Amino acid sequence: MKTLKIEELSKNFGSTEVLKKINLEIDEGNFLVLLGPSGCGKSTLLNIIAGLETINEGNVFIDDYNVSKVEPKDRNIAMVFQSYALYPSMNVRENMIFGLKQAKVSKEKIEEQLEKVSKFLQVDSLLERKPSQLSGGQRQRVAIGRALVREPRIFLFDEPLSNLDAKLRVEMRREIKKLHQQLKTTVVYVTHDQTEAMSLGTKIAIMNHGVIQQNDTPENIYNKPSNTFVADFIGSPSMNLIKGKLKQSSSNILFTVEGANFDIPINSYDFENTSQLDNKEVYFGIRPEHIYFKKTNDDDYEVNLIADLSEYIGHEQIMTFNFANQELLAKFPSTIKIELNKETKLYFDLTQISLFDANSESRI
Amino acid sequence: MQDNLQRSSYEQLEQKSKYTNMFLRWFLYFVLILFASYFIFPLYVMVVTSLKTMEEIRQGTLLTWPSSLNFDSWLVAWGGRGYGAGDTFLRPYFWNSIKMVVPAVFFSTFIGAMTGYVLTKWRFKGDQWVFLFLLFGCFIPFQAILLPMARTLGALGISNSVVGLVLVHTVYGIPFTTLFFRNYYVSVPTELVKAARIDGAGFFKIFFKILLPISAPIIVVTVIWQFTQIWNDFLFGSTFSFGEAAPIQVALNNMVLSSTSVKEYNVDMASAIIAGIPTLIVYVLAGKYFIRGLTSGAVKG
Repeated sequence: MKTLKIEELSKNFGSTEVLKKINLEIDEGNFLVLLGPSGCGKSTLLNIIAGLETINEGNVFIDDYNVSKVEPKDRNIAMVFQSYALYPSMNVRENMIFGLKQAKVSKEKIEEQLEKVSKFLQVDSLLERKPSQLSGGQRQRVAIGRALVREPRIFLFDEPLSNLDAKLRVEMRREIKKLHQQLKTTVVYVTHDQTEAMSLGTKIAIMNHGVIQQNDTPENIYNKPSNTFVADFIGSPSMNLIKGKLKQSSSNILFTVEGANFDIPINSYDFENTSQLDNKEVYFGIRPEHIYFKKTNDDDYEVNLIADLSEYIGHEQIMTFNFANQELLAKFPSTIKIELNKETKLYFDLTQISLFDANSESRI
Repeated sequence: MQDNLQRSSYEQLEQKSKYTNMFLRWFLYFVLILFASYFIFPLYVMVVTSLKTMEEIRQGTLLTWPSSLNFDSWLVAWGGRGYGAGDTFLRPYFWNSIKMVVPAVFFSTFIGAMTGYVLTKWRFKGDQWVFLFLLFGCFIPFQAILLPMARTLGALGISNSVVGLVLVHTVYGIPFTTLFFRNYYVSVPTELVKAARIDGAGFFKIFFKILLPISAPIIVVTVIWQFTQIWNDFLFGSTFSFGEAAPIQVALNNMVLSSTSVKEYNVDMASAIIAGIPTLIVYVLAGKYFIRGLTSGAVKG
């Protein structure tokens, strides 16, 4: 049984297609993050799961039950919003129990739930306050509390941390993570922040233009991006994508770049499909953090490059090198001194590379 | 030596700017007082004249202070002289106006709030056209609809009645009240409505429990606006009612213009003030909310 299943779901606003044949499944207790740039359809998808938007095609199942035409209140879900959406005229207590009162839960049960949740979230001293008398972090906590008291099957979070300042955001992120660890509830979480996605999710679905680009664990998303969009979207700075060609001989597979005086051997690369590799136009992807200043592994490939630009950011520095007239970014500890406009020896960690077909832009 | 010279010139400059500032300040007060008197002058004349006897009015000038405070003309304006035919006085028409203005303000405000709520929080296909046509209602000259409205009231059997006037004022208030409430609700985050829907609240519950409790500022603005419009209306009142069903502004007109005997300026003035008092009271009671409601709009968190 899947806690949430989305099947061939499409949605359009007028003539604009927002979601195109989305398929998605979540197991009990998982934390799924929908990640993508603004306008990719992630919030629409969340609203559809909540029942706040109608569906043009496809179905949504919760616990194998088709809820596509079920009202939001009957879907056994709870949602936390970016603006918190606390009812301004009600105090914290009334805010938290509003849903239970609508559902005609008994008074004793309501009190019991309220006490349990408000203690758990440490808002029990704020119950008589109005939302306007709370700080940002407290509001967020009350909003989460309002979702918790209903004991829903699925929690939906719509960019809940975007309105907080940077420091508080990191704190609340940890709290949400703890919350999930303790309660083991199923969560769908929408964000455009990759750090949030990476640190919170057990699964991440990366979306772009209404299509899920990759739905995988954070590790696989980082290490084995399934296409150039994912490779470029995740990581800061993002993955270097160098355009070149493959050359296959009987014993060797080489990556060559026009204008470079060396070829990179990629024999150890784990190809998904080894047919027709010779002369294929590809992107060679390597993350800035996988380019080393000192040889680290035996297989590391040595290159000589000239540095054009240096960006110092405290604990590390980002250097831009000229790789046969293509930009190549590398990240080093800031203790290392590298001179600009001079050849520097660098080592590519070939176990960490990704290769993409230059035409289809997907991983090979 | 140099320093001393410098300092004395600074002191001179300081002195000079002090005098300039003082002069400008007094000039500002002078202008303000001038304009204030210009605006308060008619009111002064009205109040003073209403307190004089006809004798005094004939002998003195407009500005002369009354010899004694004489409220007789106010009593006459309100309750008449007590003889039968041809004695027009304001009391019954004042209550006509109250009976008209209270329901008309209530219904137009309520319907406007509801329409504003639907237009912002329950968007539907073509809603912007509905809003556009409602806005059109704000700008249409009321003279243009007198005839069709008269026919409609006749067909409904409520012409020349307070009920008819309530209907007319409610209908023609809706464009304005909708505009007010729509603009206010636009700034209320729609996520509130979404949260309430997930919590299981329906269309009316969301309106009454979530939105109305935070609408106090705009309700005050709308009530003041509608009250003033409806209370001071003469056009609809004089067209759609006559005789006993007339509102106070029509009665005032009849009193002042159609008296056959000598013009009683003191009674006229007293009547005019009585007809204006309710709006003044509403402004004094709710004025500060009026300003607050016009300037604020956002409900933050």
